[in-house]
Amino acid sequence: MSSDRSFVLAPAKKNMSTTIDWVAIEADPRFQELHRRKSRFLWSLMAFSVVYYFLLPVGAAYWPGLFRQQVWGPVNVGLLFALSEFIVAWLVAFVYSRHASRHFDAMAAELNRVATTGAGK
Amino acid sequence: MSRAGFLSVAAAAALIASPSAFAMFEGGAVPERFGGLAVSVFAAIIALTMFVTYLAAKRVKTTQQFYAAGRSVSGLQNGWAIAGDYLSAASFLGIAGLISLYGYDGFMYSVGWLVAYITVLLVIAEPCRNIGKYTLGDILAFRNDYKTAKVLAALSTITVSTIYLTAQMVGGGVLVKTLIGIDYEVSVIVVGVLMLAYVVFGGMVATTWVQIIKAVLLVIASIVLVLLTWAPYGFSLPDFLGAVVGDPKTQAQVAKLLGDAASNMTPQELGQRFLEPGLYLKDPVDQLSLGMALVFGTAGLPHILMRFFTVPNAHQARVSVIWAMGIIGGFYVLTLIIGNGAALNVGAATIASFDKGGNLAAPLLAQFIGGGADSALGNFFLAFVAAVAFATIVAVVAGLVLASASAMSHDIWVGVIKGEHATPAQEVRAARVSALVVGALAIVVGILAKGQNVAHLVGLAFAVAASSNLPCILLTLYWKRCNTGGVVLGMTVGTLAAVALVLVSPNMTYPKLETTAAQRIIDGAPARLEQLQLEASQATDTVAKLKAESALKDLQASVKTAQNTVQKFEGQTTSLVGLEQPLTKLKNPGIYSIPLGFLCVVIGSLLWRRERRSEEMWEELYVRQNTGIAAEQAAQH
Repeated sequence: MSSDRSFVLAPAKKNMSTTIDWVAIEADPRFQELHRRKSRFLWSLMAFSVVYYFLLPVGAAYWPGLFRQQVWGPVNVGLLFALSEFIVAWLVAFVYSRHASRHFDAMAAELNRVATTGAGK
Repeated sequence: MSRAGFLSVAAAAALIASPSAFAMFEGGAVPERFGGLAVSVFAAIIALTMFVTYLAAKRVKTTQQFYAAGRSVSGLQNGWAIAGDYLSAASFLGIAGLISLYGYDGFMYSVGWLVAYITVLLVIAEPCRNIGKYTLGDILAFRNDYKTAKVLAALSTITVSTIYLTAQMVGGGVLVKTLIGIDYEVSVIVVGVLMLAYVVFGGMVATTWVQIIKAVLLVIASIVLVLLTWAPYGFSLPDFLGAVVGDPKTQAQVAKLLGDAASNMTPQELGQRFLEPGLYLKDPVDQLSLGMALVFGTAGLPHILMRFFTVPNAHQARVSVIWAMGIIGGFYVLTLIIGNGAALNVGAATIASFDKGGNLAAPLLAQFIGGGADSALGNFFLAFVAAVAFATIVAVVAGLVLASASAMSHDIWVGVIKGEHATPAQEVRAARVSALVVGALAIVVGILAKGQNVAHLVGLAFAVAASSNLPCILLTLYWKRCNTGGVVLGMTVGTLAAVALVLVSPNMTYPKLETTAAQRIIDGAPARLEQLQLEASQATDTVAKLKAESALKDLQASVKTAQNTVQKFEGQTTSLVGLEQPLTKLKNPGIYSIPLGFLCVVIGSLLWRRERRSEEMWEELYVRQNTGIAAEQAAQH
């Protein structure tokens, strides 16, 4: 790992808005790793959530018989499915938040530290 | 801003809302003799928000304080403020009302409003906090042509916010009139003046606290309502819903909604039908279209986006969405009990007699739970819910006006006209003047739009945000090849497509169709009248006689309405845009306009000349949005 490299350029290069070498960070394996893991995790959660949400109106329109099935007194499948939408949305938010706080924040903080102090580990 | 100036506006607002306004209480859901009680509850809540604004006004000196509350709002506080900003009267009263009138479909409708925050959480909140400063314009101008992006973003912010704001002002005015009988114009002006006091004196600091106070009041009111409604059924869901489906009022409502189809159903079947889909949302494509607008539009609403600049870092932005999702989702789950409780205790027919859209379901349930229309407690509950509804409108409108004012002062005046050369003091002054201008416009628009049907405007605001803002933000953040050409084409075509599709949709009024339908009722009336009179005279038992007489009365009422309709549209044959009938069946444009918006950003970017700036800035943007390096820091205390 090229962990002893510094991303700080001094003095500022013309046309750059700061003195940080963004191209170097983007090429850094630690950034690549963060980006790869984050994208995969985030877009799969997003796709799952959208599909699960649209199952509700689609199910109500095309499988009314299933939605009508009573399972708990007057409570039917449709009602439970709608309630499950809330649980699933909360779960997705919780899973993402926990994963991001545990893994992505630390990886970003490491890159941030190297970039701003210029001191690689 | 001077203390004297603040106090004089506060005094003016207090005067308008003071007990001397008793005389105006007539014809509302609160009986006249309880008007004083309602005013006291209102005054207490307004006094609390004014006190907070006074404290905030002393702190707001810098641009960062005015636009972003010094970036020192915690994730928890911001979560409550987002909920306060988002739970407009439409969701607070509207969804409870839909459930009370249409059962299952009303609840299903509420789901999309929560799922929308998944998009905000996963792809918008953190990147925007990492690269943004105060406005949507700051994000789009990061790598696209600076002036073009700023002007477009400001125009879009003002467009989306004005559409949303009109719905709030008109809906709020009507609501306050129905609830407590205050004149429409007076309530629009009171909302406008209060909101201006918060925004002009307290900027984002006061707006945030007003939204937090309102969200807390809203949640307390809902929890109390749910506890008192649900307790008689031992907090059992099957027992409670069993009572709803077994109630004759519910069964009558379903029979009325189904019409002829209900004739072969037993009362129990009719009641159970209330908990099944299809009583309100009939066209699945329209539902998908609305769902898309909600799920992709919320992330593009400028006033929601702006809330993420108030927290210290991306981690707190994430925490705030988690809190907001908990509060908003929990609130909608409570609405299930409130809506069904209103159907059970008040009855759909009574609710609809106050307001066709069902907006009075929650307030009327509160009145019932407290002991009914003649009890002091019942009217205290009603007044409390009404005051919360009022606070809701003020808080949402304040957020919208702040977003528009920031776009005018930060993006257009400072960014484009002054070329970033303005002192912080000048910029704060410009932001306050902008807020005054936007606020005055909001009051004028609210009064001019009196009597208009604004129900579809909230949906339109989400559709425009989803078709123009979201594609531009998302592709600027995640697609290297995106550039100014894409943003220009996507913004323009996305906005125009959404607006145009609504202008030719069934949401508009079509005089010819209305007149034809009304004429059919008038023409058919004599024959039906004869038949009913015959039935009434031949009826042997009193029940049948009463039934025929009430049908007779209904017929006369509908003929009267039809005659009024014919008279109202006399000489008109076409809608606002010159159509005799809608060109599309869809009420929600999202399913066409959202993909079109994305496509236009892509096509525009590919056709545009290669842009050096957008490509040079890509690495910086991409690293910064993922890591938060060099993100705007919170103010030091």
